[in-house]
Amino acid sequence: MGQAHNSHVSTPTVQPRDPEKIKKILKVTLYLAVATAIEFVLAFTVPRGYLLTSIFVLLTFYKSFYIVGEFMHLAHEVKLLIWAVVAPILFIIWLILAMLIEGNYVLESLKAIFG
Amino acid sequence: MATAVIDEKENKQLWGGAAEPMKASYGKLMMWFFLISDALSFSGLLITYGFSRFSHESYQGTVEAFKTSVEYWPIPEKVFTHIPFFHINAPLVFVGLMTFILILSSVTMVLAVEAGHRNDKQDVQKWMLWTIVGGMAFLGCQAWEWTIFITGTPEGLTVTDADGTIRQIFGASLIENEYGPRLFADLFFFITGFHGTHVLSGVVINMIVFYNVCVGTYERVGHYEMVEKVGLYWHFVDLVWVFVFTFFYLV
Repeated sequence: MGQAHNSHVSTPTVQPRDPEKIKKILKVTLYLAVATAIEFVLAFTVPRGYLLTSIFVLLTFYKSFYIVGEFMHLAHEVKLLIWAVVAPILFIIWLILAMLIEGNYVLESLKAIFG
Repeated sequence: MATAVIDEKENKQLWGGAAEPMKASYGKLMMWFFLISDALSFSGLLITYGFSRFSHESYQGTVEAFKTSVEYWPIPEKVFTHIPFFHINAPLVFVGLMTFILILSSVTMVLAVEAGHRNDKQDVQKWMLWTIVGGMAFLGCQAWEWTIFITGTPEGLTVTDADGTIRQIFGASLIENEYGPRLFADLFFFITGFHGTHVLSGVVINMIVFYNVCVGTYERVGHYEMVEKVGLYWHFVDLVWVFVFTFFYLV
């Protein structure tokens, strides 16, 4: 059905490549690749601890901003759509915090009860 | 009165209710809302990982002297040390490669969407095909990674049961594994498995869209919006892997 031939619909005209747009996509690619490479190098050079974890989290958010903002084009949508997507996700932050604290409490309790 | 003069092109973009909420088409908006719910599912899994990790003992001591034990959570860079064809210690190299493959396939997807905006069928075909190749390469890597994880090392891990019997564990199952507590392997299977399922369905959907591009379905429709929609899904899968890479493999 969907592939029935509509002879009266004209084929859309092909527009030439825009080098500016391609350049921008490649630039974002470079940012993502460099951020991943930095994470990789840090994993073997910096001792494990809160500092390293914080750097990893920051770099991950840096990457996700570019993927969602540029690749998924969200940064160029209307404000309401941006917030409709971002606002529900913000609630997760509390869940992360609550569950990590709770996980630690479970460990402490197990140790206190069973020694 | 004003409605009578809306031209055909503009009219096409409007929804059934003759409005276009948030200046996005129906399909794209629904894809966004699906992705939000999917993000919540993945958050649930990754937060479960965080909870499990914080409710188990962590390894005390130097990274060099690390030995796996069911008593504490392992250091991931000491678990994922294998690469194909070479019997050397290469921590996280293979996972890094998988990350690059997925990021690159995300880039080819953007290029396909960009070509779609220009109605350039040839370019859309080319970039969609590269995206499918990237997705399949990633799935192949994951299959290999799972095989290594399940098979385990030749030495295995020696454990003493409650009744005093000493035995060895090789590789991983849902019951026990040689890398750490039971939940470590369970969450490895669930998180990378759930993500891999998403990649698999993404590849299948990409193939269907690629077929439609080839037979000229979108040429007849007049736009390549379907490429954009499947592109949103594909980027999301890439985004999830960025988080899995950090929180499962790096931290």
